[in-house]
Amino acid sequence: MKTLIFRTIAPTLTAIMVVFSIFVLLRGHNEPGGGFIGGLIAASAIAIYGIAVGVREVRKALVVDPISLAGFGVFIAGFSGLLSLGQSVPYLTGLWGYISIGATKITISTPMIFDIGVYFAVVGTISAVALALEEGDVDK
Amino acid sequence: MESQYETELDLELPQAMLERTTSAAEWNLILPVVIALMAGALLAMVRHSRGSQVGFSVLAVLAIIVVEVDLFFQVLETGPVAMTMGNWLPPFGISFIADTMSVSFALAASFVTLIVLIYFQAEIVPREVRHGFYPLVLLLLAGVTGAFLTGDLFNLYVWFEVMLIASFGLLIIGGRKMQLDAAIKYGFLNFLATTFFLVGLGYMYGLTGTLNMADIALVVGHADPAPMTAVAALFLLAFGMKAAAFPVNAWLPASYHTPDAAVSALFGGLLTKVGVYALLRIMIALMPASRELFDPLLTGIAVLTLILAPMGAIAQTNLRRAIGFFVIGGIGAVFAGMAVANVLGIAGAVFYAFHSMLTMTAFYLVAGLVERVTQATDTRQMGGVYAADSLISILFIILVVAAAGLPPFLGFWPKMLIVEATISQSDWILMSAVLINSLLTSIAGSRLWAHIFWRPGREGANSEVPNDHLRQLNSTEKRMALSAVCVLVGVIVMLGLLPNLLFNAANFAAMDLLSPQNYITSTGLELGSNLMGGTQ
Amino acid sequence: MSEMLMAPFIGVFFATAVYLILSKSVIRMLLGITILGNGVNLLIFIMGRVTRDIPPIVPAGLKQPIGDIANPLPQALILTAIVIGFALFTFLLVLGYRAYQELDADNTDNMRLAEPPNPPQPPLSY
Repeated sequence: MKTLIFRTIAPTLTAIMVVFSIFVLLRGHNEPGGGFIGGLIAASAIAIYGIAVGVREVRKALVVDPISLAGFGVFIAGFSGLLSLGQSVPYLTGLWGYISIGATKITISTPMIFDIGVYFAVVGTISAVALALEEGDVDK
Repeated sequence: MESQYETELDLELPQAMLERTTSAAEWNLILPVVIALMAGALLAMVRHSRGSQVGFSVLAVLAIIVVEVDLFFQVLETGPVAMTMGNWLPPFGISFIADTMSVSFALAASFVTLIVLIYFQAEIVPREVRHGFYPLVLLLLAGVTGAFLTGDLFNLYVWFEVMLIASFGLLIIGGRKMQLDAAIKYGFLNFLATTFFLVGLGYMYGLTGTLNMADIALVVGHADPAPMTAVAALFLLAFGMKAAAFPVNAWLPASYHTPDAAVSALFGGLLTKVGVYALLRIMIALMPASRELFDPLLTGIAVLTLILAPMGAIAQTNLRRAIGFFVIGGIGAVFAGMAVANVLGIAGAVFYAFHSMLTMTAFYLVAGLVERVTQATDTRQMGGVYAADSLISILFIILVVAAAGLPPFLGFWPKMLIVEATISQSDWILMSAVLINSLLTSIAGSRLWAHIFWRPGREGANSEVPNDHLRQLNSTEKRMALSAVCVLVGVIVMLGLLPNLLFNAANFAAMDLLSPQNYITSTGLELGSNLMGGTQ
Repeated sequence: MSEMLMAPFIGVFFATAVYLILSKSVIRMLLGITILGNGVNLLIFIMGRVTRDIPPIVPAGLKQPIGDIANPLPQALILTAIVIGFALFTFLLVLGYRAYQELDADNTDNMRLAEPPNPPQPPLSY
């Protein structure tokens, strides 16, 4: 789409949506949110950017191929389950760790790593499909 | 917010986590799926670099085979093993359970995948590697293995869909127009089948309050039998579609002949067998009461599938479509064993499904070689291959005999078990159907053999003139494809000559299916007491 | 009670889906499959029993919820089914679009490449 308003606003919108998607991803463990919905938001951001500036630009901006992102996500998710290998517990058991930075305590857990994997898998697949469909439109 | 993980309250909590520890050795149950999934993901990340993909995927499949062999012997020794994810108590967590049937099917699946990966080296087109052949094959293997090893119905649905997505991808690799056409039909009908499965799942959950297979086997007796029959009917329809049993088989001959031979071989070996596996597990082990009601229906499906499928093969001129009908005929034999449902019948059905995984893959691979030599897909344009390459013709006739079930080849033993079972029940119609299927399959197969190999030239007035459209296999095709097929056919012949291990395994599998006590106790659920307390 | 109200809705979903899937146009079949999927999701939701209890969230500082809660499992099942259904839908959508471009057909009657109409007679020799 070549309208000036959309082309001007799209990069800003994309940036905000990506940041928001990461926020949704990280708050997901105890409150509504999570990897899937965060991934969908990020994928919509990529799709919007694609509509505004063209698929070629998006692929350049993403650097890596969307399918590689999805593969990375599945790998991370599978890996998060493997972390419980040496702990005498079954696959995918949640393990928790805490990091203290000053007064703040940050919780690190394998479910969170799994969720990050889901996030990448969703971003990768959905944006691959979206970009493929947008490319199809250009061809015609 | 930070305090919520530390607050200790003296509440009387019901037990939700497992008490026992899990040793690293027990991970052999989950590793096949994890390796396949993670290796597939890794390959998807690097799918633009061509060099390392073959080696890495072959290594991954080899690792899976090693783990599964270990698991196989463990299961033969100690009975079913189980692991419940995330350390939750079984009906709450997702269980993986391996019994003899599931682990031997998983082993056959990964072996077949290894053969196909090596065979594919002769068919390779760089474009296909870029489109992700290897990650998709590993994803398919992960889906199939997961479906075999899972002990949770909803998880089974998830693995079905993983398998479906991967098979969609494989089906359209290459991008011929014919493949798009086939993928539409395959896609819609299989998606519909899994949706029926989901409907059945929903009702099952509403009626029993659980989706863990072992837990269902415990509580299913308390559930209202009338709606349970509807659930069983839905499962029968869904898995019957997946297995391509007679009235719902149309998608298979419409799609299996369109992709590369290696992909057809993978589909022919793996996909329908997962439907068969799910039917055996659910109809025999989980819902025996409903199955008895469906006995006449199962017999009818078995008879029709057994007789009509090889007739379809006789009527086909396209080689790989004809083989598609052989695949369907084998499903009929499994249904026959399931309809009898005593130890002999079930052992025969399990054994036949195992045999079918190996034989049908080999059949499609040999068909691929024939298509390379004759440069045609239609048997009318083939002919004279015996003179050009006698080894392929020998491989082909061995597979015809094995598929028809003539002694001493692999297909004979399960068919013998099934016929014995039908005689023990005095079910003469089913018995004659199994025997007629063997006759018709050997007619169809030997006709194919005669037209492709024995007849000197192509069809027409000058069919006695030697075929001049043949070409010799090049060295890569000989080294990779032909040797891979030879190994697979060699294994089929060896297992046919020495079937004792398979007889024992099939017997164990049948007993585990018919009396699932060991299956249930392996998860940690106690017989006679369950946590959900029957119907809600 | 609300189960009784929902049941006819599921029936309407299924009927619409069957009608659409039986048509010859790929895009209508696709819509039918989607509606069927939604009907099934609704069915699973009802099968988990609809209750007016509080959401299944453990309050901060406690280890288990106070009193009865709504059943969270059907919602987890539905979420998974929606995600999977969505993935398959996008795939079939792209496939249908490609088929429309390449085969120039939205009508399944014209899609006969894999199974040509008027198949040849099987050979009569041997």
